[in-house]
Amino acid sequence: MARHPATPAAAPKVRVVTLKIDGHDIGAREDETILNAANDNGIRIPTLCYLEGLSEWGACRMCVVEVAGSPKLMTACSTRVAEGMEVTTNSDRLQRYRRTILELLFAERNHICSVCVSNGHCELQSLARACGMDHVRVPYRNAAYAVDSSHDLFRIDQNRCILCTRCVRVCDEIEGAHTWDVMGRGVDSQVITDLNQPWGQSTSCTGCSKCVQVCPTGALVKKGTAAGEMEKQGGFLPYLTEMRGNR
Amino acid sequence: MSGAPKITLATAWLDGCSGCHMSFLDLDERLIELAEKVTIVYSPIVDTKELPAGTDVGILEGSVSTEEDLHKARMFRERCKFLISLGDCAVSGNVPSMRNTYDLDDVFDRAFIENAQAQPQRPSESLPTLLDTAIPIHHAVAVDLFVQGCPPPADAIWFVLTELLAGRTPDPTQVTRFGA
Amino acid sequence: MNLHELQVVAAEANAKANAQKRCVRVCMAASCQSSGAGGVLKGLKSLASSDADHDVCVKGVGCMGLCSAGPLVRVSSADDTPDRLYQHVQEKDAKELFASVDDGPVERLACSTDLPFFTRQKRIVLENSGEIDPEQIDDYIAAGGYEPLVRAVTEMAPYDVLRNVTESGLRGRGGGGYPAGLKWTTVARSPEPDKYVICNADEGDPGAFMDRAVLESDPHRVLEGMALAAYAVGAQYGYIYIRAEYPLAVERLEKAIKQATKRGLLGHHICDTPFSFEVEIRLGAGAFVCGEETALIASIEGQRGQPNPRPPYPADEGLWGCPTLINNVETLANIPAIMREGGEWFRSIGTESSAGTKVFALAGRITHTGLIEVPMGITLREIIEEIGGGIPEGRKFKAVQTGGPSGGCLPEEHLDMPVDYDTLRSAGSIMGSGGMIVMDETSSMVEVARYFMEFCMTESCGKCVPCRAGTAQMYELLDKIATSTGTPADLQLLEQLCEVVQACSLCGLGQTAPNPVLSTLRYFRHEYGEKLRPDPLLQPVAAERNGK
Repeated sequence: MARHPATPAAAPKVRVVTLKIDGHDIGAREDETILNAANDNGIRIPTLCYLEGLSEWGACRMCVVEVAGSPKLMTACSTRVAEGMEVTTNSDRLQRYRRTILELLFAERNHICSVCVSNGHCELQSLARACGMDHVRVPYRNAAYAVDSSHDLFRIDQNRCILCTRCVRVCDEIEGAHTWDVMGRGVDSQVITDLNQPWGQSTSCTGCSKCVQVCPTGALVKKGTAAGEMEKQGGFLPYLTEMRGNR
Repeated sequence: MSGAPKITLATAWLDGCSGCHMSFLDLDERLIELAEKVTIVYSPIVDTKELPAGTDVGILEGSVSTEEDLHKARMFRERCKFLISLGDCAVSGNVPSMRNTYDLDDVFDRAFIENAQAQPQRPSESLPTLLDTAIPIHHAVAVDLFVQGCPPPADAIWFVLTELLAGRTPDPTQVTRFGA
Repeated sequence: MNLHELQVVAAEANAKANAQKRCVRVCMAASCQSSGAGGVLKGLKSLASSDADHDVCVKGVGCMGLCSAGPLVRVSSADDTPDRLYQHVQEKDAKELFASVDDGPVERLACSTDLPFFTRQKRIVLENSGEIDPEQIDDYIAAGGYEPLVRAVTEMAPYDVLRNVTESGLRGRGGGGYPAGLKWTTVARSPEPDKYVICNADEGDPGAFMDRAVLESDPHRVLEGMALAAYAVGAQYGYIYIRAEYPLAVERLEKAIKQATKRGLLGHHICDTPFSFEVEIRLGAGAFVCGEETALIASIEGQRGQPNPRPPYPADEGLWGCPTLINNVETLANIPAIMREGGEWFRSIGTESSAGTKVFALAGRITHTGLIEVPMGITLREIIEEIGGGIPEGRKFKAVQTGGPSGGCLPEEHLDMPVDYDTLRSAGSIMGSGGMIVMDETSSMVEVARYFMEFCMTESCGKCVPCRAGTAQMYELLDKIATSTGTPADLQLLEQLCEVVQACSLCGLGQTAPNPVLSTLRYFRHEYGEKLRPDPLLQPVAAERNGK
């Protein structure tokens, strides 16, 4: 299905619309998303699966916002702005929902920060703090998932995966290799390399490490890192998309 | 503050490494200031053997992993007016809960047989019964405040205690986080 | 094929049928087949072919409705003797039944046709079900089939078809109840050259078999509905997305597509007009979520069957990015009748807001289980007590579940409520696609909620967090409560999760997954309460925190 690129290429005759986000009057191009418009105006909406430069996925539901007149919540990352739209990004209700979503994620797999290589550099961890998620009410599921260390340089620890599919998208859309995909359903879903073959035996993987760098948690990491040592370098992505867009 | 009745405080560690208590002791000279406002009525760092009923604040470190932990957690809830989960083990299960994905038998074998330097054997007496899973305190009893961190820095503990003493409910996420 | 040729085929087929003294119809839908209808049909056919007079027609037909009494056989005569219906017929009974054509009825197997189950129904979608042989296109044509299509493409503008559908007030029968006319108009208005029509036959609600029955009993009707839709919106290609677990429906659809294409009623230049419409079947691989339209589209495209955020809606950007009309089987099966009788006629049936009829699959603790079609606005009590024959074994009614895993359970006090989209929704359930499960006093509502939550949990695609992890957590909490180990705090948490999963999930599966819990809590909260194990130490702490 053709999805919108996250940063729409300059198209002719794009109208500018005005809308209200959290009471602020804002002007935005009509092909922009609520998330982009908010970001451009210094209004931060929490995101997890969204990554500038990749297609929108709308799966983590952290960026849900209220749009006046709509009974349903909308994901800011995938909803276009419209003239006269009134958006609320941070009501008590939304904050409560976001905390619950984080709780569900923390309870789903092993997200024990203290022993994680990404401790201190993890988007899930920082979001928990930013959203005030200070404890998990739901029972921890205690399900064990696989760890694949077969690659020479990298490791995938499914226990730390939140299924944001940034790896799948960056590999497909930016690197063009489509090594990663998703298999299974529900809580049994997991990201896989090459039809669920060990990563180290993948014939499609170019070893570019883009997947590792965009992974928000300690699921995809460089080997040889100890707790807290894995820092991701995601800066290449906006740069790459901008350079390619200019061509 | 002299003349005002002192607040009574109790602490205990369940399944944890005592690091949170160490961090508490890292309050250093601030402990003296604290002692002016607080009486520690029950703790690994004092001699009392009985937790008095009606204690103002209880602080629990560690997760609930054994029958004994469960008993202590329930006792703290019953006898403390305000209960704090201190540190990641208490708040989230943390490292002790990493055994939860394994069968208990395998856990015992790993700990007492495979890794034993001498006399590999299962302990049969004088150890509290392990629960099937190690759980955070608030999955066993209701908790009033959650202070994350592994361990929470002394400054965070100081912030939480002074805010409480001032009659305010602190937001620990401002000063600490999971894994801190 | 033009109108005249079509009418000749119909006249010949009718003349042939009238020349027979008797017609013996054997229900060959999946349910009756599974209880031995195939052998009955074979036996009767061989008796007919060896019969000296050759004046008895024996044919396999689609669903007669009263599945619990199957295999069903109906014997009708050219004169005005009333039809005879026989139930629980086995192969060994064939001889006796065949002889009954001359010797009089077989009382031993008789099934009354005066039952409210038959008399209280109003059949539009199922008008040919149990009447025609679904594998013979001539049977469908003889019953007036394809005439609306031929008339539309040769005599009407696409707009006229659209207008009729809009006027009819038909709403989507897949569960959502979105006005069909609006959906069609959106697709029709798009200037894009390539458009698609998709028939959603991925019926997956537990206990629901309406679409299967329609496809097995009258496949041409659905094809004609699709072709009319394609003509109205300007589409050239159509897909039927049907679950692979419906092999008989798939087989009959394949046959029907071949027959219709051969007759020039599908394919290139239908009726020698510029209008072309090709239909392809796509098999679902057993994922419930693929009934959600964006997931269904992804699946047809060969991608993982996962939903995508809407907007964009398929009507604007659907299959391969083109405007796409997706309608459910029953919605499309209504179209030929609407075109034949007119939108006004359809609107006159049912209620103001919900026009027409609805097919329901009656199941559970009820005397007559099976397939029924009733006018909208009928009360639940009429369906359950009259048509369904009430609760067996003298037990008491407790609840009726409509809408499957997305629906809710309604108690006794709502039985006099008229069945339409809006009333059901206001009571905390939904019309859904037509599954209707009746429960008696022995059913535990907590277990019902747990059952549906388990269904949603295992069918969650895993894409969005609230549905993936939320349904798993809600299931665990329900399991705790059902096994009497849950605390009041667990129930409170369950209710909070319901709210988040409902509000935040990406697609309908997650958004409606809490409905069975919410509706059972609304009407049967005491059943939850009875199972709770209070723990004073786990009670949420009182708000005042002054005792520091």
